[in-house]
Amino acid sequence: MANGQINSGNPRVDIEYRRKKNAEEMKHQVITFALMIFLTLIAFVAVAYEGFTGWFIVPFILLLAGVQVVFQLFYFMHMSHEGHEAPKLFMYTGVLIAFVTILCYTTIIWW
Amino acid sequence: MHVEEKMTVETWPAAPEKQTLEAKNKFLGFWLFLGGETVLFASLFATYLALKDSVPRSDMPLAKDLFEIPLVFAMTMILLTSSLTSVYAMYHMKNFSFKKMQVWLGITVVLGLAFLGLEIYEFNHYVHEFGHTFTSSAFGSAFYTLVGFHGAHVAFGLLWITTLIIRNSKRGLNLYNAPKYYVASLYWHFIDVVWVFIFTVVYLMGMVG
Repeated sequence: MANGQINSGNPRVDIEYRRKKNAEEMKHQVITFALMIFLTLIAFVAVAYEGFTGWFIVPFILLLAGVQVVFQLFYFMHMSHEGHEAPKLFMYTGVLIAFVTILCYTTIIWW
Repeated sequence: MHVEEKMTVETWPAAPEKQTLEAKNKFLGFWLFLGGETVLFASLFATYLALKDSVPRSDMPLAKDLFEIPLVFAMTMILLTSSLTSVYAMYHMKNFSFKKMQVWLGITVVLGLAFLGLEIYEFNHYVHEFGHTFTSSAFGSAFYTLVGFHGAHVAFGLLWITTLIIRNSKRGLNLYNAPKYYVASLYWHFIDVVWVFIFTVVYLMGMVG
């Protein structure tokens, strides 16, 4: 079983191994968080700094938001872990419909 | 293994959030719900993008007149940090440290309350300083529906997590409530996912013009 208990027969060893693994994962989560803060700062600075045009800023901050959401979904919400095939199917489907919806609304009403 | 069986560090499984059948169903069902929420928020975003700055009179405020960087920045940092604190809570859940998990969730709730307080201040400011209300323009309706719906999600998440903290305070962790905590933390992260797009699409793009 992919997500079952890891057993070596000696519970003490398993616990220590798992704690170490959890601590390591937590360290990665903190690094992810630092990256997310960094991306957010860049997005805010890009808007606050008046030297760029909207044609550059808008796609740029949308890209930063996309990257940040991938971090959030795959690391904070563990979608990168195994046993997340169904969540991936649900989210990709949701994102596809979301994209088409936004495309339709904006193009039909604006153009 | 019975769901409400008293667990110890030794018997606590590596993936307590998916140990029982009920937990597996909850996990699957909740992700399906999040997929649906993605579509729901997409329709609100689409409506907002289409109706942005649609006001009946030229003296009414537009997005670039309303939004200010410092407040949105503070709200973003608070919500982003609350996402990390709930990751810490789930880390302690996996290590069977019930008290630490409750404390980190408590911090998450406090940060969520701070975010909600700032949002209420913000809406109040727009209504009283700018006359920007839900019914003043199509722009106003679309704005308050999108951002307000997110705010309602935050409020619901706060009630949910607070209920879990109080309901299980004397129970400790078991395989019955571990999936409940896990799913609530997924919900909280999803609120942050939506906010990333709100601060980018509504606020930052609104200030660009």
